Amino acid sequence: MTRAHALLATLLALLVAFPAAASPYALSVATLILFFAFAGQAWNVMMGFAGQLSLGHSLYVGVGAYAAAGLYFHFGIGAWAGVFLAIAACVLLGAAIGFLAFRFGISGVYFALLTIAFAEFTRIGFDHIQWLGGPGGLFIKVEHRTGWDLLNLRGAPAMFYYVMLGLTCAAFALCAWLLRSRAGYYWQAIRENEEAAQALGINTFRWKMLAVVISSAMTAVAGVFFAFYYNNLFPEQIFHISRSIEIILGPIIGGLGTLFGPILGAAVLTILADGITELLAALGWEFPGVKQVFYGLVLLIVVMFLPHGIWPTLARKLGVGK
Amino acid sequence: MSALLELRGISKSFRGLRAVSDASFEVPKGAISALIGPNGAGKTTCFNVIAGVYKPDSGSIHFDGVPIQGLRPDQVCGAGIGRTFQIVKPFAGLTVLENVVVGALKREPSVSAAEKRAAEIMEKLGLGSKRGQPASSLTLPDRKRLEVARALATRPKLLLLDEVMAGLRPTECDQMVEVFREINRAEGLTILLIEHVMRAVMALAQRVIVLNHGEIIARGTPVEVVRDPAVLECYLGEEAEV
Repeated sequence: MTRAHALLATLLALLVAFPAAASPYALSVATLILFFAFAGQAWNVMMGFAGQLSLGHSLYVGVGAYAAAGLYFHFGIGAWAGVFLAIAACVLLGAAIGFLAFRFGISGVYFALLTIAFAEFTRIGFDHIQWLGGPGGLFIKVEHRTGWDLLNLRGAPAMFYYVMLGLTCAAFALCAWLLRSRAGYYWQAIRENEEAAQALGINTFRWKMLAVVISSAMTAVAGVFFAFYYNNLFPEQIFHISRSIEIILGPIIGGLGTLFGPILGAAVLTILADGITELLAALGWEFPGVKQVFYGLVLLIVVMFLPHGIWPTLARKLGVGK
Repeated sequence: MSALLELRGISKSFRGLRAVSDASFEVPKGAISALIGPNGAGKTTCFNVIAGVYKPDSGSIHFDGVPIQGLRPDQVCGAGIGRTFQIVKPFAGLTVLENVVVGALKREPSVSAAEKRAAEIMEKLGLGSKRGQPASSLTLPDRKRLEVARALATRPKLLLLDEVMAGLRPTECDQMVEVFREINRAEGLTILLIEHVMRAVMALAQRVIVLNHGEIIARGTPVEVVRDPAVLECYLGEEAEV
């Protein structure tokens, strides 16, 4: 067992034991961290591995959430089935966007604009779907349960925590495997220099499509979780570009293209945001916007001093790999 | 000797500028051929047309008897043509080994097999001790070697080398010449190279094709070509000593 494995096992053990010791508030923060770690991991497949910048990942969170929530709301069909519908819908959407962009050679910032455009007009579109609640929102009945109903994703906060922990671990394992496979090599080659990648026989269209499809499918799962955890969905919130930015900040701060970066980034950012709120409350400095200013300052410092993210530097100090 | 690559009447224009004009030539199987000529003669355009980066406006390209004009670069690579870039394009964020593995995966079934193959090629090109380094840390001569290693890793039947000697010191140039001679002799690899370094052209090439303003103005053995008045006039100059 290498040092990296040992550290990983220790961390996992701590995370599994966490709910037993944590307050309800700490548990909700931890669940949120895992949510962003998972969604960040999904986004990282596209940008970190394959170099395709998506600024519209809220699209997949939203469509995934609405697909599963709609199925449950109207037909009483639980998340276990909804997740498949969510994945199918998001994969189709991702493939359509990818096809349009890659077939017609749209890349870089123009590709990013295309992803924003799709997220934005889906947001506006959902405002007009009365069947899913329109702008007034879709609400899933909240039942206070202490038991665990995993198939329907109804249960105690600790259940949601463990579901998210399981998903995050699965995503980590999947990404670790992908990165060491042919796909990982080809994606990174495309990210570093697409023309050279093509000259080495890589069908760049096909491999970029695969990255988009995997990323959108994973993000769809995050959306399903979101729907059943928060129980209410508003197009204005879930499809908003600020949600896309929230998702991508974790991997960027943690370390683009690394395996542990998205997890670390999500933890740092979420704890930071909550910590700043607490700190300012304690100091009595509760002016509107002051939290955002602090948050922005910290991000600025990280980007200035750790341009490759926190994880690559930390990994060197710990003596472990990616 | 039969032709491995055959260009017939290839033309390519960029907004009215004829970069390559009705060029026809053959690259004999198993030989080393050179494409020379002054800057802007259309040599790299010729390479890019062969490699599938540009579609020719007219003409045909046959590789191993099969037409390949209009194929995508990855398909041309799949057909068995490897190429290097004049302006090197390393995968800067990856290690030297990972760079070569990407190429080796074209023919190898698994990552571990590709790593083995990549290590062999790197040894041959003198990159063995640099396998773990990021490609961005390499010097220019090493980056040129990396270009060659990556292209070789795809197991080409024809290797297109675009100015891999440029910027090398004479001793480094001689080492590189030796590497290509060895690969050509041991594996029968056919090579077409674009080169300004006449030292390398004279040492390596069995056949030379001279381009000027997109047209072929001379062809023959190196010795014949350097005595050709038209070549002396436009490219090598009267006092050429090679």
